Amino acid sequence: MAQDVKPRVRVPKTASAGGSVTIKTLISHRMESGQRKDSDGNLIPRSIINRFTVEFNGQNVIDVDLAPAISTNPYFEFEAIVPETGDMKFTWYDDDGSVYEDVQSITVA
Amino acid sequence: MNTAPIRLTTSFSAGLAILAGAAAADPDAELVINDEIQIITRAEAPAHLEGALPEIRSGWTFRTRETQALQMDDFENPGLSAAEMAIETWETAEGSAGKSCADCHGTVEEGMRGVRAVYPKWVESAGEVRTIEMQINDCRTNRMGAEEWKYIGSDMVNMTALIASVSRGLPMNVAIDGPAREMWEKGKEIYYTRVGQLDLSCASCHEENYDNYIRADHLSMGMTNGFPTYRLKNTRLIAVHDRFKGCMRDTRGVPFDIGLPEFVALELYVASRGNGLSVEGPAVRN
Amino acid sequence: MEFTRRGAIAISAGFAAALMLPTRAARAAIDEQIAAFTGGAEVGSGGITLTTPEIAENGNTVPIEVDAPGAEEILVLASNNPTPEVATFRFGPLAGKQKAATRVRLAGTQDVIAIARMGDGSFVQAANEVKVTIGGCGG
Repeated sequence: MAQDVKPRVRVPKTASAGGSVTIKTLISHRMESGQRKDSDGNLIPRSIINRFTVEFNGQNVIDVDLAPAISTNPYFEFEAIVPETGDMKFTWYDDDGSVYEDVQSITVA
Repeated sequence: MNTAPIRLTTSFSAGLAILAGAAAADPDAELVINDEIQIITRAEAPAHLEGALPEIRSGWTFRTRETQALQMDDFENPGLSAAEMAIETWETAEGSAGKSCADCHGTVEEGMRGVRAVYPKWVESAGEVRTIEMQINDCRTNRMGAEEWKYIGSDMVNMTALIASVSRGLPMNVAIDGPAREMWEKGKEIYYTRVGQLDLSCASCHEENYDNYIRADHLSMGMTNGFPTYRLKNTRLIAVHDRFKGCMRDTRGVPFDIGLPEFVALELYVASRGNGLSVEGPAVRN
Repeated sequence: MEFTRRGAIAISAGFAAALMLPTRAARAAIDEQIAAFTGGAEVGSGGITLTTPEIAENGNTVPIEVDAPGAEEILVLASNNPTPEVATFRFGPLAGKQKAATRVRLAGTQDVIAIARMGDGSFVQAANEVKVTIGGCGG
């Protein structure tokens, strides 16, 4: 598990049925690209979040493949349709096998 | 002792500067964070400057629109993620006294609102001018019985970011008279002293050439109201002394040391140049 | 050592100009990536919007946004990074819009390219040049 990896998401608490909401996500992660060298001149190996998926009540919203060109502390903003009250599940996959998750509830008014 | 070399560079970059300035930055933009915290980014120059600057401007006003946007919403500001990590530290007991910061100070908002705006300051009980970092380490070692934090380590910079964040909006107001006067005068002298192979003083860039470009960097007035700052270049929070050291190193000279009196004096002086600008830390800069 | 400031500016200008052109290897890598994504199909234009800053304050964190109504998948490439892949966005049934924003690393001035695979199997592309400056006094 990489150090200090913390997800945070901004999701509205309520939505209208079938309406679209804007979602912002951030995860604190170094995103070591594999291009940098240490003080001895050796390449620091790549270690990044390589995939990010978002699901709502089991249905896919967005699925992203990340390359080392995504900045430190990967940020994503996108829109999701909220058909009914339920849970928005966010999952980040790390090169080292770790999986980070966050779940937020949205209530349909 | 001439500034011709810098002018040569800026005239070469003038084309790029005009393009960049027109396309990307908006010095008159207003900064309101989270639609609620009003930030003063331009103010009347403090009297002690004696006309050295026509007005004072936060570093925010020199950045591109995209960079400015990163600071307008707490969610978008990567410096605040780091500050949030310090909340847990604030609430966790540490050291032989078995106390947390919260035990004496309450919540960060209760205990620390207004603090960032008046530091560095003379601390009577200690008989010296202190920065927030020095005060934190004093609390840790003498009151908590805990170990000192490394001055520019991540524990320290996350905590100073948290402490700064609860004062956002309040105008910087460091005292330059009374017992702090001596350090202030010393800081002022350092500010105007040319150093290094490149023979530059802080004033060479930040007073005589703000708004110009040094190669591709858009020079600001070098204010510290936004520190600790999340620098895009380093993708992490940077403390004031860390930045001072880097700037001095870039003159191709030998920098003063982190945490030692020269930088404390300089920090007091530089902070006073920004008296009137709002606390913005943690700010987002290039 | 005679090292005039004018000389230094001339050298850095030439160097900077050289950096703007993608290397032959980089161009080949891009073409390969695009061919793998499209299966060699023709790529049109229009129907895809790529938003990038004209000048990036710092190459470490460049905000970009892609928007292609009706797209199933959008591939984003950087024409002159050490490796061209930036990200691939796949939009599911609950995507409110086929639109996404993120922050990317650009190693120097170059084109950012976005290619969308539309619902009907066709491909469209947009490319923007982003100027990435080498700082003067980073500290």
